[in-house]
Amino acid sequence: MSTPTTGYRATRPPVGDFDPGTPSYEASGGDWDEIAREVVGEERIVVNMGPQHPSTHGVLRLMLEIDGETVTEARCGVGYLHTGIEKNMEFRTWTQGTTFCTRMDYLAPFFQEAAFCLGTEKLLGITDDVPERASVIRVLMMELNRISSHLVCLGTGGNEMGATTVMTIGFTAREEILRLFEAATGLRMNHAYIRPGGVAQDVPDGFTDQVRRAMKEVRKYLGQLGDLMLANPIFKARLTDVGTLDLAGCMALGITGPVLRSTGLPYDVRKAFPYCGYETYDFDVPTGTNADCYDRVVIRVEECYQSLKIVEQALERLDATTGDPVMVADRKIAWPAQLAVGGDGQGNSLDHIRTIMGTSMEALIHHFKLVTEGFRVPVGQAWQTVEHPRGELGVHVVSDGGTKPYRAHFRDPSFNNLQAVSVMCEGGQVADVVVAVASLDPVLGGVDR
Amino acid sequence: MSGPTPAPGPGEPTTPVPQPEEAMGPRSGELVSGTASPAGAGSLPQPEIIAVREGMFGVKQGGDTTGYGGLVQPVAMPGAAERPYGGWFDEAVDVLAEVLGAQGVAFDDAVERVVVDPPRSSRAGAHAELTLWVAREHLVRVCQALRDDQDLRFELSLGVSGVHYPHDAGRELHAVYHLTSVTHGRQLRLEVACPDVDPHVPSTTAVYPANDWHERETFDFFGIVFDGHPGLARIEMPDDWPGHPQRKDYPLGGIPVEYKGATVPPPDTRRQYS
Repeated sequence: MSTPTTGYRATRPPVGDFDPGTPSYEASGGDWDEIAREVVGEERIVVNMGPQHPSTHGVLRLMLEIDGETVTEARCGVGYLHTGIEKNMEFRTWTQGTTFCTRMDYLAPFFQEAAFCLGTEKLLGITDDVPERASVIRVLMMELNRISSHLVCLGTGGNEMGATTVMTIGFTAREEILRLFEAATGLRMNHAYIRPGGVAQDVPDGFTDQVRRAMKEVRKYLGQLGDLMLANPIFKARLTDVGTLDLAGCMALGITGPVLRSTGLPYDVRKAFPYCGYETYDFDVPTGTNADCYDRVVIRVEECYQSLKIVEQALERLDATTGDPVMVADRKIAWPAQLAVGGDGQGNSLDHIRTIMGTSMEALIHHFKLVTEGFRVPVGQAWQTVEHPRGELGVHVVSDGGTKPYRAHFRDPSFNNLQAVSVMCEGGQVADVVVAVASLDPVLGGVDR
Repeated sequence: MSGPTPAPGPGEPTTPVPQPEEAMGPRSGELVSGTASPAGAGSLPQPEIIAVREGMFGVKQGGDTTGYGGLVQPVAMPGAAERPYGGWFDEAVDVLAEVLGAQGVAFDDAVERVVVDPPRSSRAGAHAELTLWVAREHLVRVCQALRDDQDLRFELSLGVSGVHYPHDAGRELHAVYHLTSVTHGRQLRLEVACPDVDPHVPSTTAVYPANDWHERETFDFFGIVFDGHPGLARIEMPDDWPGHPQRKDYPLGGIPVEYKGATVPPPDTRRQYS
């Protein structure tokens, strides 16, 4: 190790992009301080934060070049959680697709399900045939999910700064919402509840009262969270003017969601390109002015209250439409999801199976064909976006006229928003990196898919 | 008919090449609009045949007992639309043609095909989406025009997704760009095709920096090389991964699963319903 050579490098040089004049060094053991001093003449420290680091929201790898406490360069490495969900969806029916996409962003499963089903319905040409009650249930579930997702964001964000109580309150409040999900779908996450054409089944009896009771609790916890965080001098000192990204930066990098709204632009897909009847609900889009991490926290808390407002309206509509269908009338599309709770958990309703097995041969054939083969979706492609808690979630579905998606692509907001890490973190302190990443609220399940 | 179909003799005609107008689908009448219409804008008015489906019910081996074994159905994506496109589509296309014209680019050279799907006249016409098929050499210019002109203002790019159509000879790999105009409340899709043997598409990162990671993802999964990208490396798969996993010829690699004594075959080896 001494003079520049074109010897081995830790990583392969990119083909055709390697200037022969670039100095290259060979190191064979020794203390890094000495090597760096000898070669570069100065200390240059690259710190790997993650992929296993409690403050990186999963398996995000941050490569930080630091000079003292200042971050001079920041890059992200993703891909540690890639499971090929999009590829897998090409081998399953359109209905089975929801069981896969729900596992992408595991903190906001209903949004992937809803976006995928809305895209599928566009291809089927049945967007306007989806029953009103199904849309109301979708809105209800999505807004409850938005609150639970924001609660995790606020809770873990607080925990990363050492405020454990913020986390315990956030998770306690989220628990109330997960109980509602379990009551309606049978599962706390990975629901596969929203299906092409509607939802898997109607909400159980007494669900609206249960939601109202839970929302009272959630409102109480939200108040506590606000009291703990929003006027807390330590909290404000850590977040104010940290991780700023202005409107031009957000637009260039395609950043959406609370980060974009913290710049003052009230862009919300629910208002700009309404779906599921959002244009008929009364709610506001909170914005900030400072475009910093503190504003994003305020926006998330405020969005939770706006979601509560939508939930109340959805509950009224649910009460008014009791007994209405929750799946399209077309029996060629409506998945026969007659479920019941048995001794070993939720499964097919034995009564339904007894009926189709014992009384109607045609119903049995129909059930078998629809479940094994699925329905055919006309040739074409569709693009559907929904307002995900982290930004704009886009789904690009392509059908070749078969019973399976030809291609299903998810534009996950976390994936896109992580591109902002370098501009948010460079020039700041190492401790601010944690805050800035928390304000983006990436969920690596969605990033890597 | 029992046994495999005998191969056609030297004098016998082979299976006729399916024509776009034969395209069939569950809603073929509605969906494949403007088929082979010379009136449609662009240099490529015909719909693209993406697959040819043979038989029915997915029977591949053994004798064909269904009687549908000889069925040949070409699958075509929706073709070029005719004017008027409806809504804001006409205005946007006109403005784009004007902006490109001012730069000395003929609209038909840059935009191969204008697709409106589902057609405005159909039942779902209110949910029509506009797709511009752009020639790859003009992609960056079209993006720049769409972003900067005050009547277009598609300032937000929601990324790139790839699609692999192995049957679309000479245009196997497609890159699809999703643009949003926050100013005007519009959404638009650009589609660019490139052949498998020359998988190069110019990078749009100079116009939309947001496409950086999306292009890396599309390169990773489909092998489309975005020329001019600042650092086109794999993003999801490991750097030394061979192949591009989302291509149709890349196997899923499923493994059989044993459950309560029975073996469930992997999904890629189960019966396919064609």
